Amino acid sequence: MTAISDREQLSYIAAQAADARVNVEIETEGMTLNIGPQHPATHGTLRIVAKLDGEQVIAADPIMGYMHRGYEKLAEVRTYPQVTTLINRIDWVGSFANEVPFILAAEKLMDVEAPPRAAWIRTILFEMSRIANISLFLGDMGLQVGAVTPAFFAFRDREHVLNQIEAATGGRFHPNFDRIGGLKDDLPAGWIAETKRAMKKIRNFCDEIEGLLQGNEIFEARCRGIGVIPADVGLSYGLSGANIRASGVDWDTRRDNPCGLVHNELDWKVWTHPDGDSFARFWVRLQEVRESTKMVDQLCDGLPSGPVMAKVPRIIKVPAGEAYVETENPLGVMGYYVVSKGDLTPYRVKIRSASFNNISITPWLLKGVYVPDIVTILGSLYFILGDIDR
Amino acid sequence: MSRLSSTDTPVEEEAEVVESDEAREALLAKIQTELGDAVVGSHLSAGDDLWVRVDRSAWAAAGAYLKTGLGFEYFNFLSAIDWKPSPFGRDMDAQVDLSLGHDEASEIDMAIEQGVAGGDTRFQVFARVNDIVNGLGVTLKADVPDDDLSIDSWVTVYAGANWHERECWEMYGISFEGHPGLRHIYLPAGFEGNPLRKDYPLLARRLKPWPGIVDVEQMPGDDDPADAAETTEAAE
Repeated sequence: MTAISDREQLSYIAAQAADARVNVEIETEGMTLNIGPQHPATHGTLRIVAKLDGEQVIAADPIMGYMHRGYEKLAEVRTYPQVTTLINRIDWVGSFANEVPFILAAEKLMDVEAPPRAAWIRTILFEMSRIANISLFLGDMGLQVGAVTPAFFAFRDREHVLNQIEAATGGRFHPNFDRIGGLKDDLPAGWIAETKRAMKKIRNFCDEIEGLLQGNEIFEARCRGIGVIPADVGLSYGLSGANIRASGVDWDTRRDNPCGLVHNELDWKVWTHPDGDSFARFWVRLQEVRESTKMVDQLCDGLPSGPVMAKVPRIIKVPAGEAYVETENPLGVMGYYVVSKGDLTPYRVKIRSASFNNISITPWLLKGVYVPDIVTILGSLYFILGDIDR
Repeated sequence: MSRLSSTDTPVEEEAEVVESDEAREALLAKIQTELGDAVVGSHLSAGDDLWVRVDRSAWAAAGAYLKTGLGFEYFNFLSAIDWKPSPFGRDMDAQVDLSLGHDEASEIDMAIEQGVAGGDTRFQVFARVNDIVNGLGVTLKADVPDDDLSIDSWVTVYAGANWHERECWEMYGISFEGHPGLRHIYLPAGFEGNPLRKDYPLLARRLKPWPGIVDVEQMPGDDDPADAAETTEAAE
């Protein structure tokens, strides 16, 4: 056999393969691939059963419930102030934001208004939760495509925000700081200046992430044009947050329905991206963190003085009624449908969590994608298992 | 609409409320015109929210009309509610729950009292859809009779209803006609019972009184807990 060059050998193999495709009906046997429940891309315990044809997914069925804790049932036997302890654990990387819509719903039923200072501090902590949450995403998104450095940067810089949340509330991850009628405490001395320094660090972090990932050949190749969600499909699946804004839908509850929070008194911008792919979702979130740091700066500057707690009875009985309040949480729209019968405990709490809707699109979205893309698509949809399973 | 904002001038807030109120009234009128007698109840909270209760037979038609006719393209959530109070009491304020082994049912008011927009049955399905262009949301409700716990599926209208209906089926036992695959979503496949029904016991609570009950005990110095409004701290 004569020695042939690499180039010749390659072209021979390619010709053989082309022949095989044209002349032979290739029978491929379907294969079922089980991804998770323990998988780095699943942020917890989401399991996906994917039916494969070669490298292509022909059907994907997410299976959850490994972390179902039954908060809707548990909330029915707890007083309103006790419920915040539970719902802190829904989205555990942006905990404070979970408390806000529930407290607002209870306040709406009680017709109580938090004092202006409380509303402003709420908004500060709400946006800081977003920064803590999404900065983790920004690092994690790199990790999904093999870039480890952004993850370290994310954990490093998220710490500045967590320290500030801890300084104000006493809890790094589960503040449990929001009260019906206001907040547990005022901010500690020196907190504002330190927070502004932290925001500066977060802006630097965003620039670093942008420098590391945006324009990076591997990152672009793995994310551009992958997992495209058209706007109408996204809407009918109830996607929210950056996932829907990355499909070009200009909708942000913070701007359009600012129930109880003070976002409309600030100068900021809702970012959208027309592409709807994994990259767009990454990009929109990156801009959102930047906007949030600006918002926190403005909130710190304009913080009104006064009490942080309205006059509310020590024993809270919520008048009978139904109220639904939703806010734009880090993962998307989160809402609580609270039904009260005038008792100490809510009669029914329907938790509308963002990730449950966001991830419900996966059977549609994963159809036809290649196996390695599952990881980037799931990463870019960004869910927290606690927010799905509740 | 920004209820708690501090620096909004009162005039602006007033104008905002009136404007969105008109929008909701017009919306309700449109739904009533389209669905006719199928709209069996409604509740409009001025400048805030709208509830429409439709007949069970018009559930799918109501969803389709809202989506295609009125631009409510955004599917928010779907769930159900059990209006029959728990036979085990309400746990926090019911003193009966503190002692074990008593005749629970005899001391508890089991009257069914439906909430906003009324109702006739123990179970109600409710769903929320949004018109994100005009910033409106509407909560639809439908009664589901005890002897036939089923309602039309919304999956063909709103694709996102799929998982919500699975959850609702699992938690309340309400089946959705035309759903492509009603199977368990959170609970294991062989799970028996419908946990969010009020008569499904929360076993942990039945065995041991909740230690948090101390939170609602009277504090020293309070003569009557109901009159303790002067204290500014929330009960925690």
